[in-house]
Amino acid sequence: MIQVTGIKKSFGDVEVLRGIDANFYEGKTNLIIGKSGSGKTVFLKCLLGLHNINAGEISFDGRPLSEMEDKQRRELRLELGMVFQGSALFDSLTVEENVSFPLKMFANMSKSEIEDRTNFCLKRVNIADANARFPAEISGGMQKRVAIARAIVMNPKYLFCDEPNSGLDPKTAMVIDELIKEITLEFNITTVINTHDMNSVMQIGDNIIFLADGKKAWEGNKEEVITTDDQEMADFVFSSELFKKIRRAARMEQGLR
Amino acid sequence: MLENKLVHIFASMFLKNFIEDVGRYFTLMGMVFRRPDNGKVYWEAFVRDIYALGVKSLGLVCIISIFVGAVVTIQTALNLENPIIPKYYIAIATRESIILEFSPTMISLILAGKVGSNIASTLGTMRVSEQIDALEVMGIKSASYLILPKIAATLIFNPILITLSMFLGVVGGYFAGSMTGMVSTTEFVEGLQMDYRPFYIVYALIKTVIFAFIITSVSSYYGYFVKGGAVEVGENSTKAVVASSLILILANYLITQLLLG
Ligand SMILES: Nc1ncnc2c1ncn2[C@@H]1O[C@H](COP(=O)(O)OP(=O)(O)O)[C@@H](O)[C@H]1O
Ligand SMILES: [Mg+2]
Repeated sequence: MIQVTGIKKSFGDVEVLRGIDANFYEGKTNLIIGKSGSGKTVFLKCLLGLHNINAGEISFDGRPLSEMEDKQRRELRLELGMVFQGSALFDSLTVEENVSFPLKMFANMSKSEIEDRTNFCLKRVNIADANARFPAEISGGMQKRVAIARAIVMNPKYLFCDEPNSGLDPKTAMVIDELIKEITLEFNITTVINTHDMNSVMQIGDNIIFLADGKKAWEGNKEEVITTDDQEMADFVFSSELFKKIRRAARMEQGLR
Repeated sequence: MLENKLVHIFASMFLKNFIEDVGRYFTLMGMVFRRPDNGKVYWEAFVRDIYALGVKSLGLVCIISIFVGAVVTIQTALNLENPIIPKYYIAIATRESIILEFSPTMISLILAGKVGSNIASTLGTMRVSEQIDALEVMGIKSASYLILPKIAATLIFNPILITLSMFLGVVGGYFAGSMTGMVSTTEFVEGLQMDYRPFYIVYALIKTVIFAFIITSVSSYYGYFVKGGAVEVGENSTKAVVASSLILILANYLITQLLLG
């Protein structure tokens, strides 16, 4: 579990995060939702230690970040996996080299063990016969899969995904969401996902944090999204007429109005 | 009045950025010179960089050196059309200008353009596409892993390029002299051996190594800290070339004063 208490982050005079509390649970797909520019990426990068926070505390299974020495922080890094919004694959390396890169750098493994682990992860994300290709030579959906394979290759306890299905067609987006969900359950990972995609919310929203104006404006799960009376939250998730109708129908079914 | 104000504003802007830039440059260098996490992975990057930054410049350096060597010889010959000055002086002049200035300084300037923009745009692209963040998340010291092998590659390979350039420059002069009939091959060779000072080559290679460090580290600085997107990557690679060329010229002046003055 990751426990976040009162974190604040500003850039110069601009306060992006203005005191946020949140819990992210093990074996669950935890979602952070909010409009573009609401600070989702900044929030994730604070969790990853890529941004220093101005106030608050982030605690990884009872280990507070602020009390960690450099060495412990480096060790924690090895427990983190991250899927960046644009995949962020290393474009001078092949698909296979991308995935095996963290293993080569840090793991005490033989060449064949590294190869086995790399191929296991690539197979897990359903990539076959692309080992020798470069990121520029494969589709956006495949790049996302490779990025996921690279993020799980070190067997992370915590997995972070920044809008994993942005730029993908709806079908591929759903497949990627499902893949992340399956991996989370299979390896019992604490997964945190940024999204503004309504489909993801309804499909994999085990635990949802809604960010607005630098604060946590709502918290719940995908069932509660339907029943909530919070208008701002409902307006955000059910933005189109079609979604509004779906919500009304679902509420009627539950005897709400 | 207004002019004074403008000058003041520009000066303070430049100085403010200048001091900030210098500070961040040295911070970056502190991050670069770290113990590698894994020697083998760094070695692989080093080999890739030797190829991308060194081997790929071979053709350009060869062609430019041969032709400039030829032109230097012809122009020297044209300027020495005095019957009392022996012809072998043409060879001496060619040798000195190629070894002392053309190869180490001009070729380094050309490399500042080619290699410098390559480094700045590669690192800048990695920054804006979050590849550098990806390295950091993995626990890799990104500045060290990305820049140290590049510095090592150019410090080792630029002297090879420059030595080759000296040789080919003289060869170009040799052929130009005989083909135009301005200086015979025997006279040229005689001149080459006359009053030869090995220290000049040492001096040229010292300059080369210092220039290589300037080109690679300054361009890395402009690439590593890009903010924004593709447009800023382009802007910063231009800045990288301009800044490393200017610093190189300034360093050239200082080194010359120090070693030959
Ligand atoms: N490195 C930075 N420096 C300054 N401002 C930043 C930086 N990163 C993000 N911001 C600002 O923080 C706000 C939130 O950005 P972001 O987290 O990327 O939003 P989201 O991911 O929700 O779309 C934006 O207004 C953005 O301009
Ligand atoms: Mg974002």
